[in-house]
Amino acid sequence: MTQASHREMWEKLDLDLDAHDALLEVLGKFYGDIYMSQENRLQGAEYLDFVLSEVHGLRIKEIRDAQAEGRKVIGSFCVFVPEEIALAADAIHVGLCAGAEAGTDLAEQLVPRNTCALIKSFIGFKMAKICPFTEASDMIVGETTCDGKKKAYEAFNEIAPTYVMEVPQTKTETAHELWKSEVIRYLAEVEKLTGKTITPERLKAGIKTANDKRRALQRLTALRAADPAPISGRDALLINQISFYDEPVRFTEKINELCDELENRIAKQEGVAPSKTPRLLLSGCPMAVPNWKLPYVVEGAGAVIVGEESCIGTRNTRDLVDESGETMEEMINAIVSRYMKIDCACFTPNNERLENVTAMANDLNADGVIHYSLLFCQPYAHEAFKVDAALQAEEIPMLAIETDYSMEDIEQLKTRVEAFVETLS
Amino acid sequence: MIVGLDIGSRSIELAAMDNGEMVTTRQVPTTFDPLSQCKKILDGLRPASLVGTGYGRNLIQQLALGCDFTAITEIKAHALGAAHLFPEARTVLDIGGQDTKAMAVRNGKVVKFEMNDRCAAGTGKFLEYTAGVFQIPIEEFGPYAMQGKNPPEISSVCTVFAETEATSLMARGEKPEAIALGLHKTIIKRTINMLNRVGLTFPLVFCGGVANNPCIRSLLATAIKAETGADLLIPETPDMVGALGAALHLSQ
Repeated sequence: MTQASHREMWEKLDLDLDAHDALLEVLGKFYGDIYMSQENRLQGAEYLDFVLSEVHGLRIKEIRDAQAEGRKVIGSFCVFVPEEIALAADAIHVGLCAGAEAGTDLAEQLVPRNTCALIKSFIGFKMAKICPFTEASDMIVGETTCDGKKKAYEAFNEIAPTYVMEVPQTKTETAHELWKSEVIRYLAEVEKLTGKTITPERLKAGIKTANDKRRALQRLTALRAADPAPISGRDALLINQISFYDEPVRFTEKINELCDELENRIAKQEGVAPSKTPRLLLSGCPMAVPNWKLPYVVEGAGAVIVGEESCIGTRNTRDLVDESGETMEEMINAIVSRYMKIDCACFTPNNERLENVTAMANDLNADGVIHYSLLFCQPYAHEAFKVDAALQAEEIPMLAIETDYSMEDIEQLKTRVEAFVETLS
Repeated sequence: MIVGLDIGSRSIELAAMDNGEMVTTRQVPTTFDPLSQCKKILDGLRPASLVGTGYGRNLIQQLALGCDFTAITEIKAHALGAAHLFPEARTVLDIGGQDTKAMAVRNGKVVKFEMNDRCAAGTGKFLEYTAGVFQIPIEEFGPYAMQGKNPPEISSVCTVFAETEATSLMARGEKPEAIALGLHKTIIKRTINMLNRVGLTFPLVFCGGVANNPCIRSLLATAIKAETGADLLIPETPDMVGALGAALHLSQ
């Protein structure tokens, strides 16, 4: 990971090499403790280990090489930014670092202390100069989801020019119209950035590539309904996290291979944990890489995670863009309706999420749900009450957790999660 | 012999059972070296199985006693212990050294629980720390507060902020007993919220070290309009409930 060529590349990206080395060291240790210690892991996990070990190395090199050939890199923080459009302009679409406690002190100079860890993290990564994806991005795209993010982008824009998409807060007809105009505005901006005209053929191909990726992840989700659980929640989360970084066609192929392996496992009734191990669904805020805190606690408490109802999970993969469109208008409409199905807690009302969580818990044979809100994330903290009520109506137990990236509450978290697991067994 | 060991933040309790009968109970302070204290409390006992609970429950792995061992959370342990002492229990409240837990129980099984998430606000630590401000031992803090009249409202449950608030009240000339009573009342307010979140139904069993405090007991009974001995049940030795529950975990 610390090859000389990588260092040269990071230096050119103007990363703070010492701080970046420290980050990689912590990340490596964390990964070893949380991932390499797992038993009965899949062979396909080698791909995950490799991608993660080279996430700031070879993947950045690929990206830099592509840039040298004239391709552009678009970085984003939210599943609302349509990947299809970047792909149609032959650009590289990546998620930016936001899952580690890094540069918090610096970030608190730009945003209030009572801001969620995810926001502080992406600002901190930029200010501490330790995210090569952010530094390599030709365009950074923000979005008006929660208040925390939209105000943070104003501050972030001062240090990293940020194009902001206006995401509506309701799902009315006028909201659809607004979102459509935003998609069209974004498409034009991407054309301007890349110098490429997005033709119907190109957009169709972009839609297909993004859908194929989602289909592979949908396949993974469905396979996790099996008992014994064929894959750990930690590995499944990692797959979802990597989906934001790796080249989409390669990723899709690798995940489909991994799903083949899972099918064999299921046929042989093999799993990562014995049958009857308490099965939990995680629901709520996204867990950006390397935020593996809660999954580690949950699976360390003798349960297995069978799904992630989250932006880094099914909120990003559940719906496909209709592929029947031929004209630009038809395809843009298809993109607009697909994205407006996202059940983000920023919408009011957002009752479809309640149906989706309960359906998921039932489909995946979950014994309980852990609702996860980042501290200071108002939208999800509010919905924790509603999700609890919806699950209670179906007699599915739920534990609400509010936490951040720090480790100060790890023992209390363990006690609460273990006690919840005890009530299920 | 089955030994239940409740390794809490302030004290360690032991309950030993033989053939379903309680044979010994012991208690030592946790100190800064809980492992040595665990060895001390186990001195002379030869358990066939050891069940750990409390925040230090995983320390039992390091005890090397050569017996079977397992760990359960203090939530489960208190529910088991409380239901054993009072089979009719529907809600259990445990206020310990650094955690408060409220549990709804049915037949000894936890159906819903709440617990403070990261700081020790409104727990035994709070009382211990604020008792220090009055320069009186923790055992006397409850009776002292009960002499207070017209307690001032103290809005913070944060130990540090509450001390600041108490100091300002003293500077304003408020009677110290009244301030002490006000501090006790803040704990009750917070506790009631937690009880309501799990759906308080009677009878309620109140255990943990803080249940020894007569001021907290009486304020709680008033706040939830409960009659002590009927709706509000307090074990004779409320600090032993966790250790008892741990021992019962294997005895049943």
